[in-house]
Amino acid sequence: MGMPKRLVTVDLEKCVGCGLCTLACSRRFGFAGNDYSGILSVSLSGFERGATVIFCRGCEDPPCVQVCPTNALKKRRGGGVIYRESICIGCKNCIQACTIGAIFERSDGKISVCVHCGYCVNFCPHGVLAMKEVKA
Amino acid sequence: MKILKIDLNDYSYEIEERDENWVGGTGLAVKLLREELDPKVDPLSEGNVIVLAVGPFTPAYPMASKTVAMFKSPLTGNLGESHAGGRTAFAIANAGYRAIVIKGKSHKPIYVVIENEKVHFRDARVIWGIADSLVIARIIAEREKGRGMRTVMRIGGAGERLVRYACVTTETYRHFGRLGLGAVFGSKNLLALVVIGRGGFKVKDPKLYKDVYKEIYDLALRSDAMKKYHLIGTPVNVKPLNTMRALPTRNLTSTTFEDADNVSGEAFAEHSLGRRIACSHCPIACIHLATLRLPYEEEPYFYRTIMISYDYELIYSLGSMLGVGSREGILRLIHKVESLGLDAMSTGVCLAWATEALKRGLINESNTIVKLEFGDVDNYIRAIEYIYEQPNEFYKILAQGVEKASDVYGGKEFALSFGGNEMPGYHAGYATHIGYLIGLRHSHLDNAGYSLDQKIDSYPEPEEIVDELVREECWRQVLSSLVVCFFARGVYKPEIVSKAFKPLGYDVSEDELIDTGERIYKEKLKLKVDMGFKKPRIPERILETECMHGKLDRDYIERALEYWWKKYCK
Repeated sequence: MGMPKRLVTVDLEKCVGCGLCTLACSRRFGFAGNDYSGILSVSLSGFERGATVIFCRGCEDPPCVQVCPTNALKKRRGGGVIYRESICIGCKNCIQACTIGAIFERSDGKISVCVHCGYCVNFCPHGVLAMKEVKA
Repeated sequence: MKILKIDLNDYSYEIEERDENWVGGTGLAVKLLREELDPKVDPLSEGNVIVLAVGPFTPAYPMASKTVAMFKSPLTGNLGESHAGGRTAFAIANAGYRAIVIKGKSHKPIYVVIENEKVHFRDARVIWGIADSLVIARIIAEREKGRGMRTVMRIGGAGERLVRYACVTTETYRHFGRLGLGAVFGSKNLLALVVIGRGGFKVKDPKLYKDVYKEIYDLALRSDAMKKYHLIGTPVNVKPLNTMRALPTRNLTSTTFEDADNVSGEAFAEHSLGRRIACSHCPIACIHLATLRLPYEEEPYFYRTIMISYDYELIYSLGSMLGVGSREGILRLIHKVESLGLDAMSTGVCLAWATEALKRGLINESNTIVKLEFGDVDNYIRAIEYIYEQPNEFYKILAQGVEKASDVYGGKEFALSFGGNEMPGYHAGYATHIGYLIGLRHSHLDNAGYSLDQKIDSYPEPEEIVDELVREECWRQVLSSLVVCFFARGVYKPEIVSKAFKPLGYDVSEDELIDTGERIYKEKLKLKVDMGFKKPRIPERILETECMHGKLDRDYIERALEYWWKKYCK
């Protein structure tokens, strides 16, 4: 098995706040919008200070996994989580547990979280996001 | 499609689900205004109606990043249409709506928060009266949730005080700028509208959707279609317009500006550009922010540093038009206009007229309070504050626009407005001005005149120019119904638009698109005529000052106007 990869920011200062990553993430699920997005583009208290992105930073010991009562969130090799939607009961414990607010509520009550697939990287026009090999 | 209707009279709302063949954006807004608005209503009365509409491509495709606002304009007394970027379209579409309709008038100052299917009415009495729209926005942003999923559309002091060219600002730097939507908000005691959206829609064919998306994305980034906006941004126009004698200067007494190089897009980029940001769902990031570092007046080694958004039209209206040839001067003027929530173009043209009227003795310094002189930045800044404060009769009138001011004080021949709206920054030739006169939005973006003038060596019959302008304008009704940014019109050709509809589950041929554009054009024009649209006045000044094609002849423009009136308005 090769080295696992993880979504990282190369240079956050370059983010222009276009939100194409957010839209790419939902598009992966055949959805136009942000409902399924596990990455959020935000301004830094107003666009005069620029913009940034919020997504799972791939904790080695993720608190969200610990508080999940159904094992819908499991540790992922290389950091972060795997999300099994079918057994998620929508308790939102994980949303509370994530210090950086990187787990989001969907309109159907379940959650969206970055699983480090890297699809958004193809649509980041300004080189903010990249996939990086990490030790398992 | 879902339409949210909010009534401020009794703080109620309803969500309507309906099928509609008016697409979205402009087309849908015309339809909704037709249903909801009495065309004869006073624009600052509670009977005025605001429609905010997005389209079938929001939030599906890149550069479908604009929202269309439609209302009755307090500046012109006719149809008001204004488009803005920022996060507004993204938030409205994700909240699940194709359009939002706002009716009635709150009896106390409020702001409204839309959170998907819920609407909250919030007391705004404490923050009413704050002149600076940037401060209002920060307070609301800190109180409300939805970071990254929301838009904060708000007015500043100018909107509260009903300046008829007050704007609505969204995400600090984008505007429903023209035609006075800010005053309509103010007249309804509506300080701000926040929309928080989490949602969107499932597409019909996900595989095809991803492919078409990629094609459009690549076209935007890898072709030359949007290059102009990629790099220097819209101010790239300053130098060429100056060279071709099309840059309106000092109230259009000249079309070349000796300081053009100082205030060119290139100079701003080299010396002032501090950051670029994007509207939601746009890879181009054409919003250019300048850094302005200003010392404290009385204390050494103290500075404040401000980020200020600049574009071509602002460099024209607050720069060349006022004879201001320094970047710092222009940026300070932009910042003043931005914080009070005024339309920069109307403000600049009003002040240019006032400067000339003062020089000619039509008005005196007891009217203007400060001595207005081309190039005097400090006095212009004070005058802008007076437009907001309206401390005397003169400024009360100037706050109603240059058409009104010249009705009262004279100087009509150099009052540069078209259909009551202050002139955009191009004096390129016949097509430009005919475009202003017959444009349905009465804003420069609405016609292809300026680019036609650059291509033409010798002019055809005026009828030909009119038909060409109308053809392009009909197509732009389609673009503004989808709603895609006009800067992306080089990408969204009929073939691509038709193709992009497929994965969303619609079969729309190129011919149908063209027909739709014509249908919307006609319907919009009909609404304008019902609102009392009359053949607009031709300002003398545009005939006196030479452009790249020499002096323009009144007869040619009259013939064009007459032909358009008979063929399209009757």
